[in-house]
Amino acid sequence: MPDKILREITSLLLPFIQMYGIYVVFHGHLSPGGGFAGGMVLGVSLVLYILVFGLDSCLRKIPHHLSSALESFGTLWYAAVGFVGLLRGASFLMNKGAGIDVGTPGELFSGGLIFIITIGVGVKVASTMLSLFYTLVEED
Amino acid sequence: MRKIFALVVLLPCVAALILLAAELPPYACPDNPTNNEVPARYLEKGVEEAGAINIVTDIIVDYRAYDTLIETTVLFTALVAVMLVLKGVEKQNAR
Repeated sequence: MPDKILREITSLLLPFIQMYGIYVVFHGHLSPGGGFAGGMVLGVSLVLYILVFGLDSCLRKIPHHLSSALESFGTLWYAAVGFVGLLRGASFLMNKGAGIDVGTPGELFSGGLIFIITIGVGVKVASTMLSLFYTLVEED
Repeated sequence: MRKIFALVVLLPCVAALILLAAELPPYACPDNPTNNEVPARYLEKGVEEAGAINIVTDIIVDYRAYDTLIETTVLFTALVAVMLVLKGVEKQNAR
């Protein structure tokens, strides 16, 4: 899309949109949001990048097979984190009951497995948005 | 004739749904049956038991983590369905 205003404004705004998405993912246990909402913000920012700068420039940065791999990795990551509870002698996906140190409630690095799971969900949702868009656009 | 038949089928369904909706408890009333000991427990002990100060995250990632685990596969299933529909057709044409 050869519109100069659109390209300049988008290249100014994109870092802030993506930073906000990462912020929402990382603060999922502290403030409203979480993996689904933050991952959606990240994914939509990538879709905006494709719409403005074209499909090929995004495919050079994040190939289709990489986004598909990340997409499968998110769910596997969640399930793998669930086994931590089993390995520590408690039930599947158990967090504090399995004796994991959850830190001080209210700090950024707290929440034990919640923090780790939220990051996995964020990566998964963002890459799902991107893979869906790749699949739909490439079919033209 | 088919329109009359559709009306005869649909109107009782609409009436049943409206009657059902009329029987629902009022919105945000403290005496509602959903306001039992479960949300009280989440609100009082959520931070202590799960470790996150966002109670919603406590519920979806700790108390109901199984639900969220399967929920992440919903998106995966959606992507697989889209790929099957779009890429499957392409393969058949290529043959």
